[in-house]
Amino acid sequence: MNYLYAAYVATWVIHGTYLAILVRKYSKIRQEMESLKK
Amino acid sequence: MKRGFSILAIVTALLLSFALYEALIAAPTERTMGDVQRIFYYHVPSAWTAFLLFLINFVASVVFLIRRDTKADILALVTAEVGVVFCTVVMATGPIWARPVWGIWWTWDLRLTLTLVLWLIYVSYLVLRRFSTSSKTPVLAAVLAIFGALDVPLVYFSIWFFRTQHPSPVIGGGGSLDPRMAHVLLINWAAFLCLASLVCWTRFRLEVLEREVEEAQALESLLEGSR
Amino acid sequence: MSFFGITRTTLTKDVRLEWRSKDAINAMLFFSLLVVVIFSFSFDPTAEESRRIAGGLVWVAFLFAAIVALNQTWARELRNQVLDAYRVSPAPANALFLAKAFGNFIFVTVLEALMTPLFIVFYKLRALGPTWELLPIAALGTWALVVNGTFFAAISLRTRSREIMLPLLLFPISIPALLGMVNATTAILTGEGSARFWIALLVAYDVVFTIACLLLFETVLEAE
Repeated sequence: MNYLYAAYVATWVIHGTYLAILVRKYSKIRQEMESLKK
Repeated sequence: MKRGFSILAIVTALLLSFALYEALIAAPTERTMGDVQRIFYYHVPSAWTAFLLFLINFVASVVFLIRRDTKADILALVTAEVGVVFCTVVMATGPIWARPVWGIWWTWDLRLTLTLVLWLIYVSYLVLRRFSTSSKTPVLAAVLAIFGALDVPLVYFSIWFFRTQHPSPVIGGGGSLDPRMAHVLLINWAAFLCLASLVCWTRFRLEVLEREVEEAQALESLLEGSR
Repeated sequence: MSFFGITRTTLTKDVRLEWRSKDAINAMLFFSLLVVVIFSFSFDPTAEESRRIAGGLVWVAFLFAAIVALNQTWARELRNQVLDAYRVSPAPANALFLAKAFGNFIFVTVLEALMTPLFIVFYKLRALGPTWELLPIAALGTWALVVNGTFFAAISLRTRSREIMLPLLLFPISIPALLGMVNATTAILTGEGSARFWIALLVAYDVVFTIACLLLFETVLEAE
């Protein structure tokens, strides 16, 4: 049974990691846009 | 645009939750493998989604080579990245499933091996995009994507024949599927397709912003240099 | 000048240049010998087992040798800005590509011809199946590696870590061809099973990718 949950958890960890990377890139680009406007 | 995005996000969240419930609770328990078989509802749709994304990548690459349309290039990049993410899921869930059922972490299962090779090809595609110093990187990447796509049927047949000579367990069991299970499988696939669309949309917008900022920054340093 | 005229001229020029600067050739010959020796130290099986794994070992060794040869495919052109000249000349880019690919093919085949007797000796190899079939397998397999290798070497020209980029791009795409080469060779050596399917696969692979390279090389050359 542990294997079942491990698989589902692994799936969401992988998707979550990618989404976290995207979020980080978004905040970086927001910062850069701010500094450009100045 | 913004409203469509929010609607898609909500639909995705709902579908994923519902699909999860169906997979873990509502779906009937498989006779031989037991509850572990439920990994199937995540493993297979992820593979189908990845293959679909790579197909879109191929089409976008061809369109880009013909029309040199930037949007096609960005779509190619986005589908490659998200495709690799879904591929990674397939390769994580596959062995986790194989281990309790067959006692081994890896088998030369057709779907699993094909996914591994696709993963390798598209990771090399992403590496080329990152490491290339040419100003025409999108063109080179598009060419590579076409080569990758041409390779797929060859990979399929070579693994297929290899398996007939070295038979090994098939993850996900061959044979016919209980209609209730097929139902759950399709629901999960629909949910993952929505997730893929959502993530691709997000990544697409991010890439557009990044390129605009890069252009603006280049312009600014150019102007500063001439002062 | 005709298409094949250009190909032939470029090819002869390359072969002559390589022959004159024997350093590169000698270094690669010695490298091939080293590869065979290292493999023999690492895998020291009995004659029975060796037939089963020799197919894989031999082709991995050939793959190493091919990478070394392929990495310097465009080095000379890059040094002398020849590629820019090709871009503005009316000469078809494909002629240049074919010349380079043939040149690499000849070169890698020479390396293979030198490594094979060494492998036979070190592993006491004797084919149990139809030995003559090994020739088309070697030719088809080598061409599969060389045609894509020459192409990807051109793509890798403007990248950081160029030498790593070539194998990184080549290996995944070559997997079906590698499966073909190794399994066909093993089938001949062990006499078990027919190499027929794998040879057909290699033919299909070679045809598909030779056409793809010829169609897309111009695009790649323009994009540099």
